[in-house]
Amino acid sequence: MTMAMALGMIMPILTWAGTHAPPLVVVTPLLAGPIAVFLHKGRLAWAWALAISILTFVFVLLLMPQVIQNGHIAYYMGTWVPPLGIEYRIDSLNLLILLLVSAMGVLSLVFGLPLVENEIEESKRGQFFAAFLLCLAGLLGVTITGDAFNVFVFLEISSIATYVLVSMGAERDRRAYVAAFNYLVMGTIGATFFVIGVGLLYMASGTLNMADIAMHIHGHSDNRVVRAAFAFIVIGLGLKMAMFPLHTWLPSAYARAPSMVGVFLASTATKVAFYAMVRFIFSVFTPGSPFEGAVFDLVLAPMAVAAMIICSVQALYQINIRRLLAYSSIAQLGYMLLGLSMGSIAGVAAGLLHLFNHALMKGALFMGVGKASLRQGVTNVQDLRGLGKTMPLTAASFTVAGLSLIGVPLTAGFVSKYYLVVAALERGWWWAVAALIVSSVLAIFYIGKMLETMYLHEPPKITKSKKTAPQAPAKTSLLALGPLMLMAAANIYFFFDASLPKGLADAAAKALLGGGAS
Amino acid sequence: MNADFITPLDAFTIIDLILMLMLLIVGLAIVRLNDIFAIVMLAGVYSLVSALWFVSLDAVDVAFTEAAVGAGISTVLMLGAMLLSSRTALPAKPVRKWASFFIVLATGAALMYAVTDMPSFGDPLSAPNAYVGLEYLKRSLPDTEIPNVVSSVLASYRGYDTLGETSVILTAGLGVMLILGMGGKINGQLKKKAIDYDNADAQAHHTVLRVVSKMMIPLIVLYGFYVQFHGDFGPGGGFQAGVIIASAVILYALIFGVDAAKAAVPPLVVRIGAALGVLIYGGTGIAGLILGSNYLDYNVLDPHSAPHGQELGIMSIEIGVLITVCSVMLVIFYGFTSRQPDITDKDW
Repeated sequence: MTMAMALGMIMPILTWAGTHAPPLVVVTPLLAGPIAVFLHKGRLAWAWALAISILTFVFVLLLMPQVIQNGHIAYYMGTWVPPLGIEYRIDSLNLLILLLVSAMGVLSLVFGLPLVENEIEESKRGQFFAAFLLCLAGLLGVTITGDAFNVFVFLEISSIATYVLVSMGAERDRRAYVAAFNYLVMGTIGATFFVIGVGLLYMASGTLNMADIAMHIHGHSDNRVVRAAFAFIVIGLGLKMAMFPLHTWLPSAYARAPSMVGVFLASTATKVAFYAMVRFIFSVFTPGSPFEGAVFDLVLAPMAVAAMIICSVQALYQINIRRLLAYSSIAQLGYMLLGLSMGSIAGVAAGLLHLFNHALMKGALFMGVGKASLRQGVTNVQDLRGLGKTMPLTAASFTVAGLSLIGVPLTAGFVSKYYLVVAALERGWWWAVAALIVSSVLAIFYIGKMLETMYLHEPPKITKSKKTAPQAPAKTSLLALGPLMLMAAANIYFFFDASLPKGLADAAAKALLGGGAS
Repeated sequence: MNADFITPLDAFTIIDLILMLMLLIVGLAIVRLNDIFAIVMLAGVYSLVSALWFVSLDAVDVAFTEAAVGAGISTVLMLGAMLLSSRTALPAKPVRKWASFFIVLATGAALMYAVTDMPSFGDPLSAPNAYVGLEYLKRSLPDTEIPNVVSSVLASYRGYDTLGETSVILTAGLGVMLILGMGGKINGQLKKKAIDYDNADAQAHHTVLRVVSKMMIPLIVLYGFYVQFHGDFGPGGGFQAGVIIASAVILYALIFGVDAAKAAVPPLVVRIGAALGVLIYGGTGIAGLILGSNYLDYNVLDPHSAPHGQELGIMSIEIGVLITVCSVMLVIFYGFTSRQPDITDKDW
């Protein structure tokens, strides 16, 4: 009886929340951020941010059944029908990214509490979490929108928040300021290129709604304005996603950011920029036009291969673990870009699947480093000595994620690499398969180097008396272990059952390449 | 593209060309100078010339913003940054960076490449002039009862973008708070170093400035509010008004000292304002949801008349914009000034 009543109360609310979930996904963290500024007690601000990010994740979950049922859903801001107003448009492609970003928001926050208490001054924590929520809102806003200029606005919210978050690493490493500044300069150039591209698109079409632009420029791929717009947007987003050779800002930014920020950024920021690139290339511009084809074959694919090999080699030589992982990230972005540049349904789907899996592995790896740095002050590869004995669970999770990065069977990394190889063979790109193999072998070396130090070296004897980071209380440290092990487990789970990301990636690729404008 | 239309070479086109030439010259001068004070001033000049150009292009709202932000407040902030560092830049050694040169050249070439397929300047049938833009011009008055189409596009049709832009400003202010702090009560040193303004010597020095600014400041604030509330009918709105009102406070701080300004407009108020503006804006959107419509739908704010609801909604969000913009400008200014002793007499 009471159950039915409770259900009767909840159902209308759920329906209402489901209908308005598209704006709520973004507006919830966007408006919760300013409130967090005033939560001076660090724990309170953290609890607020966590509650908001969970709520945001729930709103994304409410979107899921609607998208799967209808293919896509549209929401008109202020009820203005596009192209007059701004439209939110969610399909399988951005649903996948929304799930990833909002889930990583929750996990990073759960994981991050002890690290933030260790790395960020107490009086700044409220504002720090405010910046984090704004960053989350920005990333989600870029992902969910169907309006080209709206992408720019939310890209700037997330970018500026990211610069600030990176600079907060200065309490651990003063060079974070320089890293944040370089990131700001490069990111701003990227944003400028992007907005010039959007302006050119507006010049050619007279509209800012993506689907509407696509309709207007369809068949005009020989128009020079459209071509210039394409070039500016690819370069602008390329800077934001650290596409080789526009990646120079990334290693320092990731290495010097606070640990929690590193975890969150490594698994979301470049992914969202990559998503935006996919969205523009396939949903706005005309896929399959000779000009785009030439850019794929002559620019994007070679850059992808160069990133896969050169940045993997650079990763080999890094002493700092976070920098090593950052270089590996740029190489892995090459894998995704390779999938995209194949321009086939299988290729794009494999690239998107790799995006999802890479977020899982890098999230787990950065969490592992963060946790090890919290307990034992680990920053460099040689600091990992004996971690297998001193922190067995962290070491085990790190190992699983590392194996996934290499692409060992029984891990998620294997699945997406397998599909990438299949897609490359389908197009007859033997050289791409060769590059994949070479890059994976290099990954064996740089991951192997860390695993070897962890398991085959004795732990240093003077751990306690060394000027290591202050020992975190065991309770909060345990809190960090949960998300780490969950992420590691996900790396195994998505080998055995990849139906969720694979299904969404396939549907997305089909929608992107099958029926023109999705 | 409409090949029949050829841009007439009339007086306005010639003025545009001259203004663009001036921008080029100012830009080159900035690149070649080492004196930072001159560079900051020239950057202000660059903004003013841009504003003129925007006026000539009939983009009066943009010109207004450019003049207030580019020539006004950012000049003051850059001067503040200059006082924190140095007045002259180290002379740059002439080095040839071929890669950078090539990139700049390629970017320019890409833009030039596109020129031939661009619609002619002023073509009434070009896509931006004929499609959604024209629709806004036709619909704005019946939909929102607001004659200034820029305001109705910015605040209603594309109001969600403006919420994002207001949040961008808040995020920037948050960054300054986190990196530089706000001075205020935490920074006890500031109070000690502050100039004693009751000192007769200092007073004598600034008599003219003090008297004139005392007369000007209320007028500036009043003008700010005029710009705010007249935004529906003419150029203006929350962005410009926020900057103008903030500049009144900054003028006060420059003449009477930052501590006096902080006593009048405390850092805490400014911090609350920065967040409050975004919350007012976002809250107006939530009101639409609560009243059973979509996010940021103002039509439902007045159940009897949709256009009146639009007016209400636009007024409400413009107030949000005003509060956040004004507060963040002061956050940045306080952030900069908390890093240095007050501006000394010598610096005038």
